[in-house]
Amino acid sequence: MRSSSWRGNLLLTLAALAIACMPFYASPYHMQLASTAMIAAMFALSLQLLLGGAGMVSLAQAAFFGIGAYSVHFLGRLPGGAPSILLSLPAASLLAGTAALLIGPFALRTRGFFFLMTTLAFGQMLFFVFHDTPLGGGADGVFIQRPALTAFGFGFELTRANRPAVFVLVNLAVLTAMYALLWRLMRTLFGHALLGIRANEHRMSAMGHDVLRLKLAAFVLSGALAGVAGHMAALTDAFVNPELLDWHRSAEALLIVLLGGIGALHGPILGAFAFTLIGELGQSITERQRLVEGLVVLGAVLLLRHGLAGLRWRRAVPT
Amino acid sequence: MLHVSRRRLLGGAAALALGRPAFAQGAPLKVGLMLPFSGTYAALGENVAAAFELYLQERGGRLGGRTVTLVRLDDESDPAKAPQNVNRLLERDQVEVLVGTVHSGVVMALVQAARERNVLLIIPNAGNDAATRELCAPSIFRTSFTNWQPAYGMGKVLAAKGVKKAVWVTWDYAAGKESGEGFGDGLRAGGGELTQVLTLPFPETNFQPILAQLPGLGVEAVGSFFAGGSAVQFVKDYAASGLKEKLPLCGSGFLTEGVLKAQGAAAEGLQTALHYGDGLDNPKNIVFRAAFQQKTGRAADVYAVHGYDACQLLAIGLDASKGDARAIKPMAAAMEAAKIDSPRGAFSLSPSHNPVQTIYLREARGGENRVIGIAAEALADPGTGCKMG
Amino acid sequence: MRLAELLAEILNGLQYGLLLFLISSGLTLIFGVMRVINLAHGSLFMIGAYVAYVIAGATGSLWLALPAALLGGALFGAVLERGLFRRFREREHLDQVLLTFALILLFEEARAALLDNQFHSVAVPAALDFSVPVVGDFAYSAYRIAVLGICLFVAALMFMFVERTRLGSAIRAAAENPEMVDLLGIDARRLHTLVFAGGTALAMLAGALAAPLQSVYPGMGDGYLIISFVVVVIGGLGSIAGAFWAALLIGLIDTLGKAYVPQAAGSAVYLLMACVLLWRPSGLFARA
Repeated sequence: MRSSSWRGNLLLTLAALAIACMPFYASPYHMQLASTAMIAAMFALSLQLLLGGAGMVSLAQAAFFGIGAYSVHFLGRLPGGAPSILLSLPAASLLAGTAALLIGPFALRTRGFFFLMTTLAFGQMLFFVFHDTPLGGGADGVFIQRPALTAFGFGFELTRANRPAVFVLVNLAVLTAMYALLWRLMRTLFGHALLGIRANEHRMSAMGHDVLRLKLAAFVLSGALAGVAGHMAALTDAFVNPELLDWHRSAEALLIVLLGGIGALHGPILGAFAFTLIGELGQSITERQRLVEGLVVLGAVLLLRHGLAGLRWRRAVPT
Repeated sequence: MLHVSRRRLLGGAAALALGRPAFAQGAPLKVGLMLPFSGTYAALGENVAAAFELYLQERGGRLGGRTVTLVRLDDESDPAKAPQNVNRLLERDQVEVLVGTVHSGVVMALVQAARERNVLLIIPNAGNDAATRELCAPSIFRTSFTNWQPAYGMGKVLAAKGVKKAVWVTWDYAAGKESGEGFGDGLRAGGGELTQVLTLPFPETNFQPILAQLPGLGVEAVGSFFAGGSAVQFVKDYAASGLKEKLPLCGSGFLTEGVLKAQGAAAEGLQTALHYGDGLDNPKNIVFRAAFQQKTGRAADVYAVHGYDACQLLAIGLDASKGDARAIKPMAAAMEAAKIDSPRGAFSLSPSHNPVQTIYLREARGGENRVIGIAAEALADPGTGCKMG
Repeated sequence: MRLAELLAEILNGLQYGLLLFLISSGLTLIFGVMRVINLAHGSLFMIGAYVAYVIAGATGSLWLALPAALLGGALFGAVLERGLFRRFREREHLDQVLLTFALILLFEEARAALLDNQFHSVAVPAALDFSVPVVGDFAYSAYRIAVLGICLFVAALMFMFVERTRLGSAIRAAAENPEMVDLLGIDARRLHTLVFAGGTALAMLAGALAAPLQSVYPGMGDGYLIISFVVVVIGGLGSIAGAFWAALLIGLIDTLGKAYVPQAAGSAVYLLMACVLLWRPSGLFARA
């Protein structure tokens, strides 16, 4: 996939600045909306590594997202209360990444349709683990009681007033870091190898690359990043429930990536904001949410071959 | 116009209002009705809302001296969207009172918001114990039930009949487990014993594995909690497996509430316990049922009663605080001391803000849940773990 | 472990497995022959169930609903294939996933708009509304036994069709090697329409059969969707025999698991899939 040009990066930076200034001009509701969009962007970015990177269509991504979210709940129940975000974030990504590491070797024995089906099945298995066992607090979900934000030993007491603003900034920071990480990653040998796998797996294998290890690495890394997104979601919403792991959420993530454009690294960000915006607009027009979502998906698949990112470039850019 | 759709509200508030509206005597009070208006629980949500509106209409659309505008929000019974939906009501639509909901997962988001932001919340259905136990708060009230209550009544009835051993069959989720506890407590109070709780994952309807186990458990009765369509399936499957005569089935009233027609002969004679039933002839009920029938064209059910009483309770609070929905102290004081003239019979609230009410024993006969007796009189939920200052 | 209980659970497992087979056989053929992924297959099951509900409700007879679901399913499948899936054959997996995901949403909305969102029960046909005493206290519903029989009958028909007829061997050939089909002089497009129509019809029949057993309600096909994918993975792409044995195996494991080890039962099926993936990634019955 192509990374954004200097022009694209400028636009992204401006957008980031605009978001960073939200506490000064936006309502709490819109800041919460921005947080939601950014978390969706993180989630979609994690999937972009697999999809736009290695060409693997996975339906298990939501399971890793959910594990990252639930890790916040688990950590909060340890003696000593909720740990610093500097601890909980790595812990969440570690937990999610480990789950991906356990599933990966099985799922990667398949390709194409089979891979899709096995990731779907394993993702649902994890969903059932949280839904049917006492592990996740049951089918109804649990609250993160009195979440505090601590870092470097400073406890940031979150009041109703400052929560949205604080989280807009924190989520922006995490999203920026994730984007920068992936941007850098796609420029390394590993990143190029992944792109090669997406283009032609057999050729990569014939050239001597250990395709399986590369794919596993991508799978695990993408799972870990999904865990980060889930972690942020849990902190922001202060609520986790098993539906976070449901495969429909994975499908939505795929949609967001497609909407934004598989060919571009910043595609998921565009897609996430567009998706959130459309959802909001749809909410105010009709109560038939599923209809809106279905039409959006249809529209994206039928009309936006290269996603929103692809719309920008009027010149033909082969992907 | 009592009823403002979100559409109109959004149109009116197109300029993103940032500040909170200053409370002014006479400015309309916005009440958020967060209920399922689509999905499996849609019928319940509609009945709660309709009955709520009914009482509001009886008061001429004004409570505590202010005109009340209702803001409806469809929560789709989706816990994942619940936090965002609550935010919509509180931040975007600027409601001052929350009323909702049916699904126990969704209500937790409402409970959290009520606790964190000290907003008045009246729960017109969801029965999870926690809302009036460990998560109770001065601003949280409930006009329905806890899952524990009706099941306790059923257990008590069984023990009084001499049942020594029984099992509880339900889904593996909070409502199922909590009602199981109530059933066990009721049995124990009468000298019986709940030997086992058999569950299947929510919301499966493949009851065969459990039904096959029942005869071999050495019990004299089977209690259960299922609601809605699955209650239909369960009762029919139970009858089809030939167990109905040998091992009597009973349970929390939801097993036969609103589904008797679909259950048909399979439900005939089934006894259940609930805080409402057919044939209650107190004057309030007769008037209420007629009014509800006229307003909606449907017969009232227990969910409508919850909604009606929720508005009654809100009225008491607002009258005491003269329309100031943020004055939790005077509202709560009035509501705690109130005696609600409900179609189910008069009730008051326990210290943890849950109804102290009579649980009736009903028998399903000819498409009706006829009240044939009283399972438990003036039953209060224990409210374990509730700490209110 | 009482005998009566065990027997009942085995019957349940077989009945569930056979219903699963009806759904997965269509899925595996559609994958195998057309290389198309259809996430909306569970929705087809739901549509069949609702067809049964509507027709049985209107005419009072489930026996009319079954052929209606079958034939209607075939027609619906043909229309879907010609109108939609044909255009998406060349597209990437992602597009197909999302397209069929959109179909799920739209089908649910259509059902909500045309009917409603309630649970509805469907009456068991009067002729079968009794219980057959099995062992001891436990009686088994005659209708469930009938469902068992019908599914076995359909399975037998499918086997004969696929193994003994020319069209059937064309389908088998196409499932093994789609490119060969054109070379053999078979009209690939007609074949695809047929296979898709057949798969849809089977799924809708399964739904109609299941309607009296579990009521009809929104999202009732979701669980079957995932499990039928597992069946296809375990049984092997394009193999009807594979789908048959895998479905029975899963039906038994799932039912017995839920009866005796409820907490682990949900994962048991997936663990089985994991094992198969380790040992025979292309499925237990995949034709090499």
